Amino acid sequence: MADKDTLSQLTGVILEEQVELTLAEISRSCAVHAEYIIELVEEGVLAPVGREPRGWRFSGGQVRRAGRALRLQRDLGVNLAGVALALDLLDELDAMRARLNAIVGD
Amino acid sequence: MEFKDYYKIMGVARDATQDEIKRAYRKLARKYHPDVSKEKDAEARFKEVGEAYEVLKDAEKRAAYDQLGANWQQGQEFRPPPDWNTGFEFSGGGFTGGDAEGFSDFFESLFGRGGGRARTGGPFGGDFGGRRGGFSAHGEDRHARVQIELEDSYRGATRTITLRVPEFDPQGRVTTREHTLNVTIPKGIRAGQHLRLAGQGDAGVGQGAAGDLYLEVEFAPHRLYRVEDRDVYLDVPIAPWEAALGASVKVPTPGGTVEMKVPPGSSGGRKMRLKGRGIPSATPGDFYVVLQIVVPQATTAAERALYEKLAAEFKAFNPRDKLGV
Repeated sequence: MADKDTLSQLTGVILEEQVELTLAEISRSCAVHAEYIIELVEEGVLAPVGREPRGWRFSGGQVRRAGRALRLQRDLGVNLAGVALALDLLDELDAMRARLNAIVGD
Repeated sequence: MEFKDYYKIMGVARDATQDEIKRAYRKLARKYHPDVSKEKDAEARFKEVGEAYEVLKDAEKRAAYDQLGANWQQGQEFRPPPDWNTGFEFSGGGFTGGDAEGFSDFFESLFGRGGGRARTGGPFGGDFGGRRGGFSAHGEDRHARVQIELEDSYRGATRTITLRVPEFDPQGRVTTREHTLNVTIPKGIRAGQHLRLAGQGDAGVGQGAAGDLYLEVEFAPHRLYRVEDRDVYLDVPIAPWEAALGASVKVPTPGGTVEMKVPPGSSGGRKMRLKGRGIPSATPGDFYVVLQIVVPQATTAAERALYEKLAAEFKAFNPRDKLGV
């Protein structure tokens, strides 16, 4: 194991803010076929900017969302519409938890 | 290794029907799914339930498991009986579906490693993530959480992070290796965001590039501050006379101490905004001060007299006006 002092300094990028992906890139990143990503867009689970699939750009946060959709579908046997609903409700729940935490603390 | 009581894990009786087992699994899978659950040990529980279901949903595996008898207790030290496996064909049969990679030693000792990294099926094909020989494959991405201080997001920081990375030794057993990294935490990062470190995931196979490492950022609970997205909250205690007459008070923020004016006639719970003093960003968050009126105890006769004078002076004041009493 390398000594701490000799470790190089790594600088990451903030996925949610500094990363933008094309359809091909997000498909590769999630290890799914592009058709699956297109289905997620059609269901409103993912919202890329741009019109045609060729011109679509996905923010980094969408990669996480696609991964979540994929796992929910695979593990819980939910269909796409169900996944879309679950993700929307989970977003709402997260926002409310954050709100609650800001008001009353942990 | 420890014995696993799959019936107990699933919360079903030993004579449960396959339908009951399926229902129990569906319910537990929803409860502990790591993408849904906020429970601390959700991932471990989800894996455990998946493993239990893998055995109990399958008539052959369940029958084999039942042969061990009902006297074993969850967590009890376990060795498979010597005549185990006779009459059953499990080992290396590839007969275990699902993502068997995360299953326990207990499972492996009974049913073998089975399907290994089975990640394909349904719409989720593709050549990625597989470990097939002769191919070049992109290395797997790794995910980890890192806890930072709120102050780190205000100023940026450097953190040394140690991750436990599972690896296969030449005998195919799983071992863990420590992977230490020096990471720059960029200014303005928020809880729930992910830092992507390119090429720090698993090594690729053949010509394949290494995967990336994703660090999910969370803030350590702070003694003073609470955070919501980009906004930061602080309860600031003030004296009754400061609330009534107005005052200028010193307020700590993660970016340094500031002087703030409390307007005359402020009530407890009043929220005051210090614009742009939340988490820094192109559009920075705000800092909110929540006023808390703190009442000094009257211990001496002189102090009691002061409160009594106050009461006499404010005879017409009814703090419970709105309650209609």
